[in-house]
Amino acid sequence: MDNAAPLGKDLLGIKELKRDDILQILETASAFKEVLERDIKKVPTLRGKTMVNLFFEPSTRTRMSFELAGKRLSMDVINVSIQLSSVVKGETLLDTIRTMEAYGADIVVIRHSSSGVPHLLAGNVNASVINAGDGFNEHPTQALLDLFTIRRMKGRLEGLEVAIVGDIAHSRVARSNIYAMGKLGMNIRLVGPPTLIPAGIETLPGVKVFHRMEDGLAGADVVMQLRVQKERQDSWFFPTISEYAKLYILNSKRLALAKDDAIVMHPGPINRGIEISSDVADGTRSMILDQVANGLAVRMAVLYLLSGARA
Amino acid sequence: MNDNVLIKGGRVVDPASGLDSIMDVFIENGVISKVSGGIENPPDNCSVIDSAGLLVIPGLVDMHTHLREPGFEYKETIATGTRAAVRGGFTAVCCMANTNPVNDEPAITRFILSKAASDGACPVYPIGAITVGLDGKNLAEMASLADAGCVAFSDDGKPVMDSLLMRRALEYSRIFGKPVISHSEDARLVAGGVMNEGLNATRMGLRGIPWAAEEVMIARDIALCELSGGRLHVAHISTKGSVRLIREAKARGLAVTAETCPHYFTITDEACIGYNTAAKVNPPLRARADKLAIREGLADGTIDAIATDHAPHHREEKAMGFDDAPFGISGLETALALSLRMVEKGVISLNRMIDLMSAAPCRIMGIPERRIAEGSVANITIVDPAVEWEVDPASFVSLGKNTPFEGLRLKGRAAFTIVNGRVCENFKGD
Repeated sequence: MDNAAPLGKDLLGIKELKRDDILQILETASAFKEVLERDIKKVPTLRGKTMVNLFFEPSTRTRMSFELAGKRLSMDVINVSIQLSSVVKGETLLDTIRTMEAYGADIVVIRHSSSGVPHLLAGNVNASVINAGDGFNEHPTQALLDLFTIRRMKGRLEGLEVAIVGDIAHSRVARSNIYAMGKLGMNIRLVGPPTLIPAGIETLPGVKVFHRMEDGLAGADVVMQLRVQKERQDSWFFPTISEYAKLYILNSKRLALAKDDAIVMHPGPINRGIEISSDVADGTRSMILDQVANGLAVRMAVLYLLSGARA
Repeated sequence: MNDNVLIKGGRVVDPASGLDSIMDVFIENGVISKVSGGIENPPDNCSVIDSAGLLVIPGLVDMHTHLREPGFEYKETIATGTRAAVRGGFTAVCCMANTNPVNDEPAITRFILSKAASDGACPVYPIGAITVGLDGKNLAEMASLADAGCVAFSDDGKPVMDSLLMRRALEYSRIFGKPVISHSEDARLVAGGVMNEGLNATRMGLRGIPWAAEEVMIARDIALCELSGGRLHVAHISTKGSVRLIREAKARGLAVTAETCPHYFTITDEACIGYNTAAKVNPPLRARADKLAIREGLADGTIDAIATDHAPHHREEKAMGFDDAPFGISGLETALALSLRMVEKGVISLNRMIDLMSAAPCRIMGIPERRIAEGSVANITIVDPAVEWEVDPASFVSLGKNTPFEGLRLKGRAAFTIVNGRVCENFKGD
C-alpha cells in the first residue's frame, strides 16, 4: 500500500483505466481484504477526509458498501439521496455538487440514471468523483469487485472464459465488466436474446455473442447472470417473464454445461426463479455473497488510491 | 394402398436431383428405393402407376394456407383443407395463425398438430402468431411456439403496424432461426379499401387500396430485416413496386424471401367488375402492369415461391355486398394448373415452377425437402399435363368454393399425390 501509484483524479469508468490501473486496484484491495479479516476492521488512513454519497437513483447495496468502505477508512461520510436533496427544489446538478464541495467534500460518489452525469461533474469540481453507476454506461466498482472475486477463486484472470447472461443492453455492470475483462485478456461470451444485445458490442476485444444458454455456457469458468427487469417485456425485449426464464435461467442442469469448477456470480439483487434458480443461487458455487463482501475491500482500495492522487 | 409402388414410365423432373428423363421410380415402405430407367419385373405385392405421358415431380408444398380450424370449421377444417391440398398436388401445407383461438400459444400448436395427425391427408406445419391474439400489442411466446412445432411466425391477415414491435420480433426470432412472415399492408393507407385503387374501383364506386399500402410496409420490413439480422419472408406480393423492392433487397444480400399467389400472375382487378366478391382478396388483384411484373419476378428469381394463400370462406359470407364480403380466394385446387399455365406460356420453365412450388417453400420454412432420389421419403406429385378441365367450384373438396376462376378452362392437374409413401389418386373415375 505504501508505494501505491496514484490513479487519476476520478474513477469514471473502466474505459478510462489502463490494465495496470486495474491490477493496482486489485492488489490494493487484497491488502484491505486482510484488514477486513482482522478483529478491528477500521484503519485511520483517511481520517479527516470527507466523502459524499450522492445517489439520484435508489440503491441499497452500493450505497451501503461505499458508506462502510469510507467508515472503515475513518472518513466522514454524508449520504444524500434525491428525495432529500435540493435538486427537487430546482437546484442544478452542478450547484448541488458545488455545495457539497463547499462543505469540504474530498470524494463524491455519484449514481445517476443518466449516462455521463459523473463525467459532467468531474469536469466541474475539484473533488474526486467516483461513478457508482450511470445510466447504461458504467458501474466500475462493480466490475472491479467482480474481477477481484474471480481472481481470488481462480488464481488468475487471463484466458478465463466468462459467460455474462441476460440484459446486456441495459446493463452498466455488463459494460464495465466487458471493458475490464477485455483489457485483462479474458474471453467474454455475452448470452441473451438478440433484443437485449446492444449494437456493435461483438466488435469489442474478447467478446463473442450467443443467443442460447447451451452454446454460451459450454466450458465456461465463470457464469455471471444479470438481473432482468420485468418491465422490459412491456417494450417487447422478450414476450413474457416466463419465456425469458425458460430460455435464460441458470439452473443446475445448465450450470453442468460449464466447467466442473465454474463459479456463479450475480450483481444482485437476484430474481429467484427468473434469471437464477434458488439451488444455484444458494449453492456452493455461488459467489453472490462473496461479491458483496469483496465489494467493501475494492471500494476501500478505490477511495484510498484516489485520495493518494489528491495528496 | 400397398406399401410398395412402382411409378412407371413417367417423365421424372427434379431439378434438385438433376433429373429430367423418362424413368421409373420404385417406392418401398414409403421410401424411394430406386430411380432408374426401366425397372422390369416389379416384385409381387407392388402396385404400378402407369405414368406414360405424366410428369413425376417432387411433391408440392404450400407455405401459406388458411385451414380455419380451430374456430371457423364452417369455412374449412384441417380434414377438408388437407384433402383439398392433396387433390391440388400438395404434400404438405403451412397453416396460418388466424384461427380462433389464435395460434399464439403452444397448446393451440399442439392441437393443430394432433388434429392434423389424426384427420389430415398431408402433414401440416403450423405458423405461430407474432403477437398475442394478432392484436399487434404484445409479442407472443415465439420460442415456446417454435419448441411446440411452429415453423415460422406471422400475424397474416393483419399487419404488425408498430415498427418497434416488428423490429423486436425479427430480432427475437434469431434465437431459433425461423422466418418472420410479413403481411405487408399499412392499415392506415388501406383506409377501408376493398379493391385495388384505380379506374376500376372508381368506376364501381368502391374504396381503393393503393399499391403504396403494400410497398411502404415491404420497404419498412426490409429495413427492419437489415437492422435486426432476422429472416424476413414477405407474403403474397402483388405489385410491381413490391417486386422491385424485393429485387433490390436481394441484390444487397439481405435475408429476404418472397412469395406470390397464382391470382396475382393470372388476373387483374377487372375480375372484380360486376361486384364479383369471389375476386375480393387481400392484397387486392392489381393492374396489368403489376401482373406482368409479378411474372417477371417469378422468372428472374426475385420471387422465391408460389403460395396459394388458400382462404376459404362460406358461401353466405361471399354472398354479401362487396364492402362486407370477406377477403380471400380458395386456391389449393387451382394453383398447380395456373402455374403450369405460366410454363405453357413460356413465362417460367418447368424446373423453375418446381422450385417455386416445392423446393423453395421447404427451404424457407425449414421443412424436409421433397426430392426424387433414392433414400428420400416418397412425397411426389404425378401431374397429367395434358388433361383439360374447367374450374367448377362445386367439385372442390375444399369447403371454400370462393374462386374467381370459375368456368376457366385449364390444362394439367395432379393425377396422383403421394404423401409420405401413401398414394392418393385424385380424379378416379373422372
